[in-house]
Amino acid sequence: MRRLLILGAGTAGTMLANILRRELSADWAITVVDKDNDHQYQPGYLFIPFGTYTPERVVKPRTRYLPKGVDFVQTGIRKVRAADNEVDLEDGRTLPYDWLLIATGTRPRPDLTPGMADGSLWYKKVFDFYTLEGSSKLHDALEAFEGGKILVQLTDMPIKCPVAPLEFVFLVEDYFRTRRIRHKVDITYVTPLDGAFTKPVASRELGNLMTDRSIRLASDFALEHIDNERQMIVSYDGRELPFDLLVTIPLNTGQQYVFDSGLGDENGFIPVDKQTLRSTQYDNIFVLGDASNIPTSKAGAVAHFGVETFVPNFLAAVEGKPMPNKFDGHANCFVESGRGQALLLDFNYDTQPLTGTFPLPGIGPMKLLGRSRINHMGKLAFEQLYWRMLLPGHKLPVPTLMSMAGKHEEN
Amino acid sequence: MPTNTLNERTFHVNDEGFFTNRDEWSEELGADLAALIDIEMDEEHWGPIRFMREDSAKSGVTPTLRRLQTVGGFDIKELYRLYPGKPAKKMAWIAGLPKPVGCV
Repeated sequence: MRRLLILGAGTAGTMLANILRRELSADWAITVVDKDNDHQYQPGYLFIPFGTYTPERVVKPRTRYLPKGVDFVQTGIRKVRAADNEVDLEDGRTLPYDWLLIATGTRPRPDLTPGMADGSLWYKKVFDFYTLEGSSKLHDALEAFEGGKILVQLTDMPIKCPVAPLEFVFLVEDYFRTRRIRHKVDITYVTPLDGAFTKPVASRELGNLMTDRSIRLASDFALEHIDNERQMIVSYDGRELPFDLLVTIPLNTGQQYVFDSGLGDENGFIPVDKQTLRSTQYDNIFVLGDASNIPTSKAGAVAHFGVETFVPNFLAAVEGKPMPNKFDGHANCFVESGRGQALLLDFNYDTQPLTGTFPLPGIGPMKLLGRSRINHMGKLAFEQLYWRMLLPGHKLPVPTLMSMAGKHEEN
Repeated sequence: MPTNTLNERTFHVNDEGFFTNRDEWSEELGADLAALIDIEMDEEHWGPIRFMREDSAKSGVTPTLRRLQTVGGFDIKELYRLYPGKPAKKMAWIAGLPKPVGCV
């Protein structure tokens, strides 16, 4: 009997369990470990503050999406002892493995910034929306908000879903417009980057959209601490911005057991070969989804394309054969822009998001980096695709590797 | 790939002026670059630059401010004092390393 152990039953872990159970023979035992039985549709967090989604809507039991023939162990992970091929669990058990797939993602760490989670304003005037609790409480705060300064503030990269803060700022602008108090609300997007986004073309397009919507941009702002008494955020170089409501995106790190196991870098992300996702330390460990240090977005789309590229590689690796595929860091994501519209970004390790059409060159129907209603509909439809197609490991009708067809390159 | 020449030393750079070949760098060149952005290099300034050169030689990537803090033991506030405004970018430029990547 060969033993495959998957840590984490989120997007990547659940897809892996489904696909590999079909691909591997019955002499493989597959075990999946996660600390709870709540699979959360994380893209849904974005809509909870505005009352578009309820918190209940985004949570379903993990076990419903794991296939027959896979053991689900519900407990936390204490330590991976990679030299011994064993994992210690919080319930006291130890699981041995022949092959280990790590898919435990990343997590927001408001505890790492002074005055954030430990401040008197936390969940009163300072909120995150990357957790179910934060986005739910932010909903109440937005409903009660009648005017003043709102800061949407990004602490540092990398974070989960790097476009979500931008989506939030566009949606919150639209929210107050719909409530007819937009003129009483002063919105500033605060980022440590030198523009709205990291990549130049997208940064320019999104920056222009902010200007059009009268959203201020405060760039190169690296948050040092939150001054709770004076209701201000303070940067390392001493700049201060006051707020009536702060929507913050905290630092992100990998899970505690990754630090404790000596597997991660300084942020708790596990170094891998970016094309094969194989651990640079241990040949029988692969890392899928947000838990690795690959230089692209920590997002479900990357997990999805990463898993598709990985499966044939893994089947070859367990047979001792060379791995056939190279992951290109492909991601595509919808960016909600308010007014019932969204933009679509498509990019990889080497190519920034460009303008053009997707998935059919010259035809679309989706417009890259342009706002459209159909992109917005695509974003909403993705929820059903996620539960019904993506998690069960069915192929979606989009290319796994990025294509340059239909894109406009700029000099 | 464009080249720059500074005080009779030629080196390859990208569109934004960051080095594309780390071996073309020297401390003398770093000091000359720093002078262009009004930074006079002293021992305090060289500490993080040397750490960045050594760290990136091993990892292949330019360390972030957070890595300078957690691995190198530097105080971020202090780095802002030494390299005002955009320390990560300025230090990478002076150290002859690629611009630090904030992942997408």
